[in-house]
Amino acid sequence: MPGDRRLRGGGARRREPHDGMRVACTIPNGRGGCMTDTGTVKTVCMDADEIERSLTRIAHQILEANKGADNIALVGIVTRGDLLAKRLAEKIEQIEGTKVPLGKLDISFYRDDFATHLAPEVHSTDIFFDLDGKDIVLVDDVLYTGRTIRAALDALMDIGRPATVQLAVLVDRGHRQLPIRADFVGKNVPSAADENVRLFLEETDGTTEVEILEIAPGSRAGSAPLGGE
Amino acid sequence: MALLLKNAHVIDPQVGLNETADILVRDGKIVEIGQNLAMEKGVERDLGGKIVVPGLVDIHVHLREPGYETKEDIASGTRAAAHGGFTAVCCMPNTKPVIDNAVGVEYVKARAAAVGKCRVHVAGSCSQGLAGDTLSEMGDMVAHGAVAFTDDGRGVQGAGMMRRVMDYAAQFDRVVMSHCQDEDLVGAGQVNEGVVSTRLGMLGWPAEGEEIQIARDIAICRLTGCPLHVQHLTTARGLELVRAAKAEGLPVTCEVTPHHLFLTEDAIGDDYNTFLKVNPPLRTADDAAALVEGVKDGTVDAIVTDHAPHNDFEKNAEFELAPFGMIGLETSLALVITNLVAPGIISWERAVELMAVRPREILRVERVALEPGATADLTVIDPDAAWTVDAADFLSKAVNSGFIGAELTGRATDVYVGGYATLEDGAIVE
Amino acid sequence: MAFNHKHLIDITEYSAEDIMTVLETATRFKEVNERRIKQVPTLKGVTVVNMFNEPSTRTRSSFEIAEKRLSANSLNFGGSSTSTVKGESLVDTVETLCAYKIDMIIVRDKHAGVPRKIADVSGAHVIDAGDGKHQHPTQALLDLYSIWEVKGDLAGLKVGVVGDIGHSRVCGSLIPALKIMGCEVTVIAPPTLMPARPDILGADHVTTKLDEALPDLDVVYMLRIQRERLEGAPYPSLREYNMLYGLTKEREPLMKPDALICHPGPINRGVELDSYMADHPNRSVILDQVYAGILTRMAEMYLLLGGSEDGLTA
Repeated sequence: MPGDRRLRGGGARRREPHDGMRVACTIPNGRGGCMTDTGTVKTVCMDADEIERSLTRIAHQILEANKGADNIALVGIVTRGDLLAKRLAEKIEQIEGTKVPLGKLDISFYRDDFATHLAPEVHSTDIFFDLDGKDIVLVDDVLYTGRTIRAALDALMDIGRPATVQLAVLVDRGHRQLPIRADFVGKNVPSAADENVRLFLEETDGTTEVEILEIAPGSRAGSAPLGGE
Repeated sequence: MALLLKNAHVIDPQVGLNETADILVRDGKIVEIGQNLAMEKGVERDLGGKIVVPGLVDIHVHLREPGYETKEDIASGTRAAAHGGFTAVCCMPNTKPVIDNAVGVEYVKARAAAVGKCRVHVAGSCSQGLAGDTLSEMGDMVAHGAVAFTDDGRGVQGAGMMRRVMDYAAQFDRVVMSHCQDEDLVGAGQVNEGVVSTRLGMLGWPAEGEEIQIARDIAICRLTGCPLHVQHLTTARGLELVRAAKAEGLPVTCEVTPHHLFLTEDAIGDDYNTFLKVNPPLRTADDAAALVEGVKDGTVDAIVTDHAPHNDFEKNAEFELAPFGMIGLETSLALVITNLVAPGIISWERAVELMAVRPREILRVERVALEPGATADLTVIDPDAAWTVDAADFLSKAVNSGFIGAELTGRATDVYVGGYATLEDGAIVE
Repeated sequence: MAFNHKHLIDITEYSAEDIMTVLETATRFKEVNERRIKQVPTLKGVTVVNMFNEPSTRTRSSFEIAEKRLSANSLNFGGSSTSTVKGESLVDTVETLCAYKIDMIIVRDKHAGVPRKIADVSGAHVIDAGDGKHQHPTQALLDLYSIWEVKGDLAGLKVGVVGDIGHSRVCGSLIPALKIMGCEVTVIAPPTLMPARPDILGADHVTTKLDEALPDLDVVYMLRIQRERLEGAPYPSLREYNMLYGLTKEREPLMKPDALICHPGPINRGVELDSYMADHPNRSVILDQVYAGILTRMAEMYLLLGGSEDGLTA
C-alpha cells in the first residue's frame, strides 16, 4: 500500500517468504505480470533481445579493455546484478573459452541508509576466489545515484585487495549523487527522479525487459523485488 | 456540643437496625436514635439517606512512625484512614525502633493524640526487636494501653518461642496476632509458587509456607488457651484450618485483605508491577474464591488492609529488590462495597460485622453500636458514589496500591470520632 | 511477515517466522566472520551499552565481538563500576545512560524483569542478555541456530533438557522457543531442580529418569549445574548427580545415532558431561553454539536496530 514502508519496493524491502510468494499484486498488465503497488508501467525501454545484444557487446568490451580474460573476475551485486554477471561470464566463456571467476556481493551491511530505514533483507555474499590482484568487474543492473556502487566498493575492499575495479551496468539512468561512473554501459536511459527504472529477468521474474515506472507516492526508487511483479 | 444527623440509613447488626432514622449525639455519645428528632442548639446535617454504620476499624495497619516517616507517619496515615472511612486503626509494631516496650506504646499514643485523625490502637511486639528469641515486656505495654501482640512482618519462627509468647500473653486477656510465614520454607520467595513463579522466573512463596504456621499456631492455641488471631490469611487450606479450629471451639479468629480477596497472582504480568508484590503473595483464583466463601460464612472475622506504605523509589525498582506491601486504607471500604455488597454476596450487616464489630471484639476494645450511650464513632457512606482510584487523591504519603485505575462504587463521605467530624463531604476536617 | 520488534526481551513475543528471520539473517553473517577483515560498517555511529550488572565473561565477550564486527560504538558498563554499588537506583542509572544518547542496551542482571523495566524507562532498544532466573533469549536463539544448522528442520524434533531447569534462565527462553518452533520437549531433572510448573514453560514431558528419556531424543541439551545459584544443595553430591543425570560415555548406547549434544557453557566436566561426550566429534555442537552466538547476536542487533519504525533514538 502506498505509504506502508513494509510493502514498498526498493532498497528498503522486507523479507519475502521462501516459497516465492509474490507481493500483493492484482491488476494484470497484459504481459503475464501485473502492475505493482509501487508504480504503473510506463514504458518498456529495453526488450529481451536488446538486453541480450547489450550484454554481448559489454562482454566484448570487457575483454578488449582487459586484454583477455586471464586476470578478470566478475562480481554481481544482488539482486539482478549477480544474474547479469552470470550471463556475462557465460558470454565471455563462449568468446574466449575461459571460465572467469564469478561471485556475488550483498551490500546490505554497507548501506548508508540502514539507520533511517528498515533493515533490508540480507542476501548472501558468495565470493569463493581470492580478490587480491584481480581485475574485478562489478556488475549491476541500473546505475542511478551511485550509492549502491559506493557501498559495493567498500565491501570489496573489506574482502580483499583487487588490482582494479571496473563497473559494468545494463542501464545508466543518470542522477548521480556521487563521483562514480560506469566503464561499460548497456544503454543510457534518460529518466526523471519520479520514475523508477527496473530490470526484470526471465530467471526471477518470468520476463526479461527494462521498464520505466512511475513511482507511487511513498515509494522509493530501487531494484524490483525478486519473484517478479 | 450536639450533633444531629437527619435522614440516616442506619445499619447495625448488633442492635438489629436497618432503617432510616435520625441520630442525636451529645458530648461524644449517641443520645438517641429515632424518627423526627430535634435539638435546640448544635450542628444539624441532613444525610439524605446515606448509610451510617458504627465507625470502621482496620486492625492491621503500618503507620511507619517512628523510624520510617518518609513512607508514612501517624499524621498522614490517620488522615488516609479517615479518608477511607475508618474511625480507628491498630498499628503494627515493626517500626524503628520496634514497639516492644511501654515507651514505644506511649510515643505512638501521644503522637496520635496530637496529630491523628482517628483512634490509634497499638499492637506491641511479641519478641524484643522482632528477633524471635526474648519476650517483650508485654505486661508493661498492656499497662500503657497496648491492645494486642504480634511480630507482624516476619512472624515468630520457633515453635518453642511461640509457645512462650502465647503462654505469657494469656494472662493479660490480649490476643496474639500471628503473621504466618515459615522462613525456612519460604526462603526468598517473591510470588506465589506455581504458574507465576515459573513464568516470571522468580523464587516461589508456597502456600504451605503459610499453612504450616497456621496449623502450628492453632496447636499452640490449644496448648496454651491464648486467643490467636491469624493475620492476612491467603490460602484455601489455611482457611480450612481456621474453620476446623473454630468448630472445635478454640479462641481462633482470622482476617483477610481486600487485595487477597480481589486480586490474584494472574495480575502480575511481564511488567513486574511491584505494587502487586505483597506478603503473603497474591494467590490463585481458587484461593481468592475460598476467601470470599469464608467472608460469607463467617469463618473470616475481619477485613483488614495490611496498609503498607513505601517510598516511590523503593517500589520503582527490580521486583526482587522492591519491598513487600501495598497501601489499602483509602480503597478498602469501596472494594468491599463494589465486590461484595453491591453484587449481593454479603449484606450490609455482614460488612459492618467484618469492618466494625468483629475488629473491636478481637482487640477487646469498647463496643461501638448505634444505640444510646455508645461512643459516637460513626462512618457515613454514600453507597452509590462512583469513583476511580487515582494515586493523586491518596492522603497517604505512599501510592503503592494495586488498585490504581479501578472503578469503584461507594465511599465514606463523613466520619465522626467521639462526635467530632474528622471527614466531612470527603474532605479531612483539620 | 515483517520482522518488527524493538526489543529482544521475551522470546514468547517472537513468532516462528521471526525466529527463522533471525536464524537466516545469522547465516549471512558467516561470510563476514570468515574473511580477513571481519567487520562491516552496518552499525557505524550506533552506540550500544553492555550493561552487565552481574559477572559474565562469555555472553559479554560474545556481544562485544558482535558489536565490533558490526562497527557499533560499544560501552561496557557494570561490574565493579555498577552504580548500584554506590546506592543509585536502577531507574536513575538507566536515565543517566539515556542522557548519553545511546541506541541500544544489552542487559544482564541477577533480577528477573530488569530488561523490561529498562525498556520502559529508556526508550532505547533492549536485548536481554539474561535476567535472574527468568529468560535468556539470545542463548535460546543461538541454541536453535546450532540445532537448525545440523538438523535442518526444527519442527518435530524431540529435545530433552537435562539438569537445573528450576533455576535456569536458559530454560526460561529455550523451552518456549523450542515449542514455538514445533519441537517436542522433555525436561529431565531431580524434583529439587524442577520448577513448580514445567508445563507453563512448555514442557511436554517431565521425568526424573534420564535413561528412559534418552532413546527418543534427537537433541540432548545438558544444563550447567549452577552451583553458585543454589542455596542448600538440591542434590547430595556431584558424584551422585553425575551418576543419575550426567551424560556419560556409558549412556551413549542409549542415544539415537544422530542425537546431538548441546550445552550453554561453561561445562562442569565430570558433572553434567564427561569429556567423551563434551568433545564428541559427531554429536557435540558445543563449540558451534559459541560461534552461533556471534552470528545470531549480529543478526539480532541488525534486525532490531534496522527494524524499528522510528529509527534510532534513545
